[in-house]
Amino acid sequence: MSLLRIRNLSVEFSTSTGMFRAVDSVDQDVASGEILAIVGESGSGKSVSMLALMGLLPWTAKVTADELSFNGHDLLTMNAKDRRKIIGKDLAMIFQEPMSSLNPCFTVGWQIKEALRKHLGMGRAERHKRAIELFEQVGIPAPEKRLSSFPHQLSGGMNQRVMIAMAIACKPKLLIADEPTTALDVTIQAQILDLLTSLREESGMGLVLITHDMGVVAETAHRVSVQYAGQKIEERPVRDLFRAPHHPYSDALLRALPERATEKRLPTIPGVVPGQFDRPAGCLFSPRCQFANDHCRSVPPAPLGADLGYARCHYPLNTDQRIAS
Amino acid sequence: MLKYFASRLLTFIPTFIGVTLISFAFIRLLPGDPIIVMAGERGMSPERHAELTAQFGFDQPMYIQFWNYLTGVLHGDLGNSFVTKKPVWDEFFALFPATLELSICAMIFAVALGLPAGVIAAVNRGKFFDRTLMSTALIGYSMPIFWWALLLIIVFSGILKWTPVSGRIDLIYYFPNASGFMIYDALMSGQSGALWSAIRHLILPTIVLGTIPLAVIARQTRSAMLEVLGEDYIRTARAKGMSPARVNAVHALRNALIPVITVIGLSVGTLLAGAILTETIFSWPGIGKWMVDSIFRRDYPVVQGGLLLIAVMVMIVNLTVDVLYGIINPKIRKR
Repeated sequence: MSLLRIRNLSVEFSTSTGMFRAVDSVDQDVASGEILAIVGESGSGKSVSMLALMGLLPWTAKVTADELSFNGHDLLTMNAKDRRKIIGKDLAMIFQEPMSSLNPCFTVGWQIKEALRKHLGMGRAERHKRAIELFEQVGIPAPEKRLSSFPHQLSGGMNQRVMIAMAIACKPKLLIADEPTTALDVTIQAQILDLLTSLREESGMGLVLITHDMGVVAETAHRVSVQYAGQKIEERPVRDLFRAPHHPYSDALLRALPERATEKRLPTIPGVVPGQFDRPAGCLFSPRCQFANDHCRSVPPAPLGADLGYARCHYPLNTDQRIAS
Repeated sequence: MLKYFASRLLTFIPTFIGVTLISFAFIRLLPGDPIIVMAGERGMSPERHAELTAQFGFDQPMYIQFWNYLTGVLHGDLGNSFVTKKPVWDEFFALFPATLELSICAMIFAVALGLPAGVIAAVNRGKFFDRTLMSTALIGYSMPIFWWALLLIIVFSGILKWTPVSGRIDLIYYFPNASGFMIYDALMSGQSGALWSAIRHLILPTIVLGTIPLAVIARQTRSAMLEVLGEDYIRTARAKGMSPARVNAVHALRNALIPVITVIGLSVGTLLAGAILTETIFSWPGIGKWMVDSIFRRDYPVVQGGLLLIAVMVMIVNLTVDVLYGIINPKIRKR
């Protein structure tokens, strides 16, 4: 049984001009010890679906799903109070901006110990000991001294380590990392990713890595879920996806990697992800797809079978199967 | 922290000199001759007038007068009142506790109600409580204070007879006013009923004086909270599984306090200096009334000395606010 199981998750935001669908019937599974990468451009709903899982969306968001279960708990029917016993303990999340994600008014030690007291009910001395242990684990030098630092006294990389220490404080079963390296220097990015993968190896927790960096995906993930405009458009083991993507969007994303470029000019995907007002009638990617025809533009494609990575495409690439004609 | 405090303290020096100069010049810009005002309706001979002018040093050039005043101030001598002949210093500190007592009570009233009201309004943004509270706050802020005072007196003193109309304590109680703080002195006197009488006298002036700060604090707390609640670290706190109450009261409020403390500090300044209307309506023997009377009498030493002392009080409050910033949000200390 998978640790996390999401079926037909949709998130809609009520705006002054009507409902906006940020996540559109997404299925997702994560097993213990697995690294799932969710990739996609800005606005593809990758963060929103995970925030919905954590229950961190504002009240303007309407979350619906057929199933939203984590570690045997049904998060859909659970009340807020019971949910808070899981959030931050078994299910933890770290965010993109480590500098602004830590409270400037409290020491980093205080912020870590707070979670320890709430979820594990540790005493003062025990909390202190565990906090030092966590800082050592995430590679913060001179942990005893650093505990009494405020976030502004630490660098971005150090703050992200603090965030990670905070997230793994209660030994979570699943850690969601929402673009954990985007705001950091390139050299620090690699360190943080190494840290996350090694922590996973030590603890056996599941890891969801939200990113738009295909390089990160290739290096760390086991399985990739590509999202576009709120929909999951392909989901494959990482090696398969990189070798032979089925969806034209995945293909375009991979072609846009500088490492894979064969021509002099780097291929790009023209246009942007459709928003609230320019949602196409057929396939959501059709306005930007180089293979799209009238059929694509009028009929929305349903997800294909598991052998084709659930690709939402009428004409999947790199396959002999004829799907639509 | 000590360095931060010292650097804040250094900014006192130019402010102090500026205030001394302005308070000195300000009263002299007003038309009217203090000697003639002193003489009253009987008038005086030109010889006597010239004699007195020389005696008070008004015949000397302005910069020499200022120099004499400044050296006096630096020696702790603010001069004597023209009217009572008593040192300004003594008069000020005889009256100041009354104003301070009233201001403290008004501030406690305003903060104790305004802070939670602002937080609750922000958390329930756009709902009934928020709307009601914010329109009430707007009314409180816009209301003329003397009218509000009279209204409260009519209802609570006139009709309901719950509170006295004016003064600091009922006349049947008598005890030495050792500290100047009526509540403290009444408590120390040991006379039964004295404390209660002092408190009853404080209620209406406190409400009247505290109304505007209350409205300002409630509105400021609400807007600061709304801003902070959208911050990333609030999401982090919620992601840790903290309850909404804890997120609002601990994680958000502490950050929201910075702008709130600023308006509290500014309010304290205005309260100390400007309880004039409230003090007049309730016959409260504080410095507000004393200053206004002195301006009409052209009592130069009282006006300039009083202004200077009030300014120093405001500076001390501001210094306290600055230090509080540093304690609440350590990031500010670095600047």
